[in-house]
Amino acid sequence: MFLMKIPVTQIVFFIVIGLVATGSAYAEPPQIIKISYLTQEQKPPTALSNLDAFIQHKGLMGAKIAVDDNNTTGQFTGQKFELTIIIVPVGGDVVQQFQQQVSSDTVLIITNLPAQKLTQLADLDSAKEKLFFDASTTDDDLRNSQCRNNILHMLPSRAMRADALAQYMMKKRWNKWFLVSGMKTEDQLYAQAIRRAANRFGMKLVAEKQWTHTYDARRTAQSDIPVFTQGIDYDVLIVADEQGLFGEYIEYRSWNPRPVAGTQGLVPTAWHKTHEQWGAVQIQNRFKTLAGRNMQEQDYGAYLAARSIGEAVVRTKSNQLSKIKSYLLGDEFALQGYKGNPLSFRSWNGQLRQPVLLAAARSMVTAAPVEGFLHPKTELDTLGFDQPESSCNKTELEQVKPVIVEKQGTSGEAESRIQNFIQRLKNYYNTKWK
Amino acid sequence: MRQGFLGIALVAMLLGVTVQAETVIVTLEKDNALAVIDPVAGKLIKTIEVGQRPRGIALSPDNKFLYVATSDDNTVKIIDAESYQEVGQLPSGEDPETFALNPAGDRLYVSNEDDYLVTVIDVVNKKAIAEIKVGIEPEGIAVSHDNQWVVSASETTNMIHWIDVKSNTIVDNTLVDPRPRAASFTQDNSQLWVTSEMAGTLMILDVASKQIIKTIKLDIPSVSMDKVQPVGVVIDKERRWGYVAIGPANRVAVINAQTLEVEKFLLVGQRVWNLAFSPDQKRLYTTNGRSNDVSIIDLENHKVVKSVAVGRFPWGIVSKP
Repeated sequence: MFLMKIPVTQIVFFIVIGLVATGSAYAEPPQIIKISYLTQEQKPPTALSNLDAFIQHKGLMGAKIAVDDNNTTGQFTGQKFELTIIIVPVGGDVVQQFQQQVSSDTVLIITNLPAQKLTQLADLDSAKEKLFFDASTTDDDLRNSQCRNNILHMLPSRAMRADALAQYMMKKRWNKWFLVSGMKTEDQLYAQAIRRAANRFGMKLVAEKQWTHTYDARRTAQSDIPVFTQGIDYDVLIVADEQGLFGEYIEYRSWNPRPVAGTQGLVPTAWHKTHEQWGAVQIQNRFKTLAGRNMQEQDYGAYLAARSIGEAVVRTKSNQLSKIKSYLLGDEFALQGYKGNPLSFRSWNGQLRQPVLLAAARSMVTAAPVEGFLHPKTELDTLGFDQPESSCNKTELEQVKPVIVEKQGTSGEAESRIQNFIQRLKNYYNTKWK
Repeated sequence: MRQGFLGIALVAMLLGVTVQAETVIVTLEKDNALAVIDPVAGKLIKTIEVGQRPRGIALSPDNKFLYVATSDDNTVKIIDAESYQEVGQLPSGEDPETFALNPAGDRLYVSNEDDYLVTVIDVVNKKAIAEIKVGIEPEGIAVSHDNQWVVSASETTNMIHWIDVKSNTIVDNTLVDPRPRAASFTQDNSQLWVTSEMAGTLMILDVASKQIIKTIKLDIPSVSMDKVQPVGVVIDKERRWGYVAIGPANRVAVINAQTLEVEKFLLVGQRVWNLAFSPDQKRLYTTNGRSNDVSIIDLENHKVVKSVAVGRFPWGIVSKP
């Protein structure tokens, strides 16, 4: 009824009240946390089409948005995060720039660099007391035999991606795979991960071929692809073409009407523009507003890197490397990554455990781990190299004792519950076997 | 004979009264509708179109109006609680999801996730009267029963912001576990209960000191910790029991509100999201987002007695005497 009585000429008192930063509580200068973001400019690679414009500084905006987020929390906790951006020009010397530009008191470094450059840096004497957050590589070796105890990996490895794909294929019962790989080294590494996944999940690789043809669609795709794919009985064609030189040609041109997955078609990825679940739409929108484009995987990697730092610093109230690292690798660490599960690091190789999205060009198809794939510790460890399979002997990482952030009651409760359970079990058997 | 008929008629009437006595209303995010349930009979009575992507829902203290956040219409709709007709709209700001009504029912506090704001709405005049800048991605929001505090939980900043109702300013902040989702005051206003989706915890905050006095890890035997993602939380008036909806773990935790220990876990539908008491607090209703139903829990025995299919993505829930 009151609805009828609205005064028409109501003066709106619109008060915008600023965030009270509890300035009084933190009159003393804030604790400073220095982060460097290190990357090297890239030459635009040859591409299949001009459809997707080349993005020069993938990753950078992800780091920026996360550091802003950290500083919002920091206002309340009396901590300030400072981001220094170092971009090495094409052909520049990354090691030299690192030594010149990263100050000795900056211990947290987010990188968007290829594996080989990253290990070069990590092995420097001056890098012993630093922690690298690798926001871009997918290299399996870097997480196994080539692992370093001062590198954490934010994006899923090729093996994790391939396993994600295999889980979904298994669910769909698309068991017969036809693997087509490109000529590049990365393509071979991707193909290797696919083979491993096929073996792990009991998929059958019915055929394997390498694409040695031209990359010019106008001339040959229409005639080459049918011939190339003819005479093979398969459920799904898995393509390994990381740079995107020919993979897009295959769908709709193959001899048999079969789906394409892998680096093109249905793509296993850490992040995708079609992903909107679990609050993702919010970070997608925030990113678009800031960067004027969609968030890319490397942006997501850098975002998670800086957010991990934020979490560790805020929870430990420290800017000391040892404390931050212990917290990151400990059981308490739980990072919100907009993918449903809390994210954490695998202590044995520094890989961030996370769901892998399976996305088509215009739709998010599903996310792995696919329901039903179980694991004694966490289903996320059904993806990639699990602890027993890992060839990383990153002793230092494992020996780090996790920081236990004190929480009243929890451990005692768990203990008493276990005792309780054992007692009940004993009682049960006593009555049963009497 | 006549007396017999009369008796039956009387019983029927009484039954009719009982059936009429309580209604549960649920927002259906994907059906753009409200589901109206008779919880005593355990039946869906009807569904009514309400607007795009309805999520948060509240009932006015006089039980006459429903407020429904239709997120994709960027408004909070006022719905007559008898006829279910729309009678007005409130300027909620963009993409309203969760909101809270003050005890008097004349102020509505809305979380605007994309703008990091809490918008204060004068319900009578249907005007936004203040915007309060909070942390990133504010979600859970609650008003204390004595109308002193509005608390806003920001999911990315991982903070509870304490807003003084009189001045509409933040006067204190509490750092909580990652991705705080929902908050609820005890009836005596001495405690605030907050859920953390990522850490899988329920935190009990002391309102006087604004400090966490206990963190309860909701680990469920034989359920992996990844699935323990608490969302909705409610506490009964006598502060005997509190209940936490644990999302993809498909369970509601029963917490002894005196000892602050987990008593048991009740298996409900899939991805249990929000909770509402019956007006007499003898039953608890849950929205199960993935199994598209509402579970009815008998609180005297702490048993799930029924589930009612309602429609796609049930989200918010209220009960009306």
